[in-house]
Amino acid sequence: MHRFANPARFLRLAKPLTPALFWPGLILALSACLWGLFATPAERLMGETVKIIFVHVPAAWLGMGGWIVIALASIIQLVWRHPLAGIAARAAAIPGAVFAGICLATGSIWGRPTWGTWWVWDGRLTSMLVLFFLYLGYIALANASSEKGSVSRVAAIFGVMGAVNIPIINRSVVWWESQHQKASITLSGSSIDPAYLWPLFGSVIGFSLIFGAVVLMRMRAALAEIKIDARMRRMAER
Amino acid sequence: MAVKAKHQRLLLAVLAASALLAAGLIAASALREEVSYFYTPSSLARDKPAPGKAIRIGGLVQPGSITRGADGVSIRFVVQDRDASLNVRYTGITPDLFVEGSGVVADGRLAANGIFIADSLLAKHDENYVPRELADIDMKTGQQSKDSLVR
Repeated sequence: MHRFANPARFLRLAKPLTPALFWPGLILALSACLWGLFATPAERLMGETVKIIFVHVPAAWLGMGGWIVIALASIIQLVWRHPLAGIAARAAAIPGAVFAGICLATGSIWGRPTWGTWWVWDGRLTSMLVLFFLYLGYIALANASSEKGSVSRVAAIFGVMGAVNIPIINRSVVWWESQHQKASITLSGSSIDPAYLWPLFGSVIGFSLIFGAVVLMRMRAALAEIKIDARMRRMAER
Repeated sequence: MAVKAKHQRLLLAVLAASALLAAGLIAASALREEVSYFYTPSSLARDKPAPGKAIRIGGLVQPGSITRGADGVSIRFVVQDRDASLNVRYTGITPDLFVEGSGVVADGRLAANGIFIADSLLAKHDENYVPRELADIDMKTGQQSKDSLVR
């Protein structure tokens, strides 16, 4: 891991990796969404509204995945003092919050025609809303950090603590009777028909690649800002 | 010396993280009984909430049980789970997914005669996503499915 501790080496790797993730991701996500929207059949009960799944599920996964990135990077920052870890955690916060927000919004739009309500306070919906608020809290703490581009130790501790919510979101439909249905894709298989499963698979991979590219872009921007800051200071001293 | 400090931090972080995780999960799973989102017909039979108390119930609409009143908006149906069932009365417009064999969640109260009077009705979707043209056919046997949710 310490091979990548050197920001210069990281930048050499990240520069070609950013477009290599972004463009395939964009093409895959777009084509999977179009496939899902126009080329899949209506669902037996929900009809055409089922097609929100191609945005809702990737957004839910990345909303949670973003916090997993924050938590792992925060642990690395706290234990190994890796100079890039705080930058990585901070870079994942806003994209993660955006996807969590998209998940809540599309879920609400989906709930109105299928369940008959925009919102209910069941375990799954509430824990996902808590995740969204955790993101807002983390972003505020990160912005309040004096570390340029990185985050303070308080924010890193908050990033680790917030990870408790992730298994709660995952288990919420098992532990509690809920309005939200149980998991469709489990270790033992999928109860989603292949007609929907393949485009869903494509859009999950596609959005994940875009997420990775955005995080790399934000990390590079943070490193560039640190560099500008250092150079300005040197010039001022002269 | 640097290595030692690093190991100390790692141990501390792992201990703190696992204690936190354990505390969170124990608290959340301890809430299971307390914060159940709704009563199922079986848990209703077990817990016996007082008639007139505002509660929420959930279960499957028993196939063949929906009867609509002459006024067109009042309906009666039976909510069931594996072990028990419950008569429900509701007046109002039902959501599109409210069909026999499908899941339902209802707010309301028990009347003295044991009938559940629902004030609001939400449909519950299950975890299966099946195209309309395949819904009647069981994938494995090719036979008409017994538990088809289609009207």
